[in-house]
Amino acid sequence: MKAIVTVVGQDRKGIIARVSGALFESGVNIIDISQTIMGDMFTMIMMVEFDSADITVQGLTEKLGAIEKEMGLNIHVQREEIFSSMHRI
Amino acid sequence: MINPFEIIETINMIDKENLDIRTITMGISLRSCAGPDIDTVCGKVYDKITSYAKDLVKTGEDIEKQFGIPIINKRISVTPISALADALEEPTKEKCIKLAKTLDRAAKAVGVDFIGGYSALVHKGYTNGERVLIESIPEALASTDIVCSSVNVGSTRAGINMDAVRQMGGIVKKAAELTADTQGFACAKLVVFCNAVEDNPFMAGAFLGEGEGECVINVGVSGPGVVKCALEKTAGEDFGVVAETIKKTAFKITRMGQLVAQEASKRLGVPFGIVDLSLAPTPAVGDSVAYILEEMGLEKCGTHGTTAALALLNDAVKKGGVMASGYVGGLSGAFIPVSEDAGMIAAAECGALSLEKLEAMTCVCSVGLDMIVVPGATPASTISAIIADEAAIGMINTKTTAVRVIPAPGTKEGDVVEFGGLLGTGPVMSVSGYSSEKFIERGGRIPAPINSLKN
Repeated sequence: MKAIVTVVGQDRKGIIARVSGALFESGVNIIDISQTIMGDMFTMIMMVEFDSADITVQGLTEKLGAIEKEMGLNIHVQREEIFSSMHRI
Repeated sequence: MINPFEIIETINMIDKENLDIRTITMGISLRSCAGPDIDTVCGKVYDKITSYAKDLVKTGEDIEKQFGIPIINKRISVTPISALADALEEPTKEKCIKLAKTLDRAAKAVGVDFIGGYSALVHKGYTNGERVLIESIPEALASTDIVCSSVNVGSTRAGINMDAVRQMGGIVKKAAELTADTQGFACAKLVVFCNAVEDNPFMAGAFLGEGEGECVINVGVSGPGVVKCALEKTAGEDFGVVAETIKKTAFKITRMGQLVAQEASKRLGVPFGIVDLSLAPTPAVGDSVAYILEEMGLEKCGTHGTTAALALLNDAVKKGGVMASGYVGGLSGAFIPVSEDAGMIAAAECGALSLEKLEAMTCVCSVGLDMIVVPGATPASTISAIIADEAAIGMINTKTTAVRVIPAPGTKEGDVVEFGGLLGTGPVMSVSGYSSEKFIERGGRIPAPINSLKN
């Protein structure tokens, strides 16, 4: 299953390390990654792939929720289809 | 990979602009439950609803979490209950109320927010069951929590049943009086239609029509805030740009509805019916249809130009949405419920928006006079006359129109009634003090209109 992970928040050290570490622990593969700083806001978008037998979108959301709280970020995990259906004919 | 800007755009629509799926509504046919004995019928109705819809709420919540799109309500619509009343041996009000309570119980057992279909279609005449069911509406709504009721009193093909119009004025009044402690809340669950649609997923008017199948999934999308935000970027541009912007936004919103509808249909193993691409406001600031109209350049919703602005909006929403979904249906367009829309509430409170202007707006909006609180002392005949006017607009213009007014007991013009939740806050609006009594007393039918010689 493919999903999009978006991470937005105040820039600080270790965001990528923590998020990608959590993804690695969950057996999630990062297919594509784009990261930028807009103003002083850290914005990262990742396309990830995983076997839904190992972890679900809900499970991943919960796991990243801990990092979201601890680092004061805003993290979304959403199935890829929502973006492709909205923006592609 | 999808463009990062598109991803951020989608997330902003959901997080900041109140984009949501308003409802996943499961339509369930209850025709197989008909029979002469009320207790047997109630048993069958309860069993069928609780078995067909047992996974509806869970499925909705799963989709919500996986796609990150809020799904506000899960609802059920059923065959008009008058069909069951007709099949009963000696239908009575008490038996109909028993059916209403069964619907309420079944809906609560599966955890949905509303169940619609305590309805009758009497645009040409009454059957015995329909007559009894309509008489039972006030008690049925007062003694249940989440049952919604609708009555169709007119159509372009049949004309207007003025006997039903007369009766509904009294029914609305009685429903309000029976729920005086909640300022007439029962009336918020009752809508009177002309040209009712069979696949509407929105309440209070949802029911599963005659031409529908055994079980179906219909989805209603929403998103006035998204349209408003998109229009903020078109300041000073001409109407071609405005219409184009609305179309593009409606397309995106509807695509999300289509995705959710397909996914829900697949997971529940129930055929996908339609996406209703309505702009349905909520009382939340930033989720208002009135603010879209004001964004087009009107100082306040209700001033001159409002009808034209709404006509453009309603048409552009349909044009944009139609291509985004395989099957568009329901009421599709822009709703203008006063108490549910922060901008409408403000406009009514400051006197910019009147009942007369709202009536004009219903000629071009997707439904009709919706969630309007009128003084408690408004006579039944005046409410009937409001219904008659609205039905006439629907009949002549071949469109759905509806009336959902609340004559809140003990209130007068200028008071404010709080309903809470999605139903919002209703400023009590003025109605004409002149009588329509003798007009409504006549009864009979207004004949079906001619469909040529259009002027």
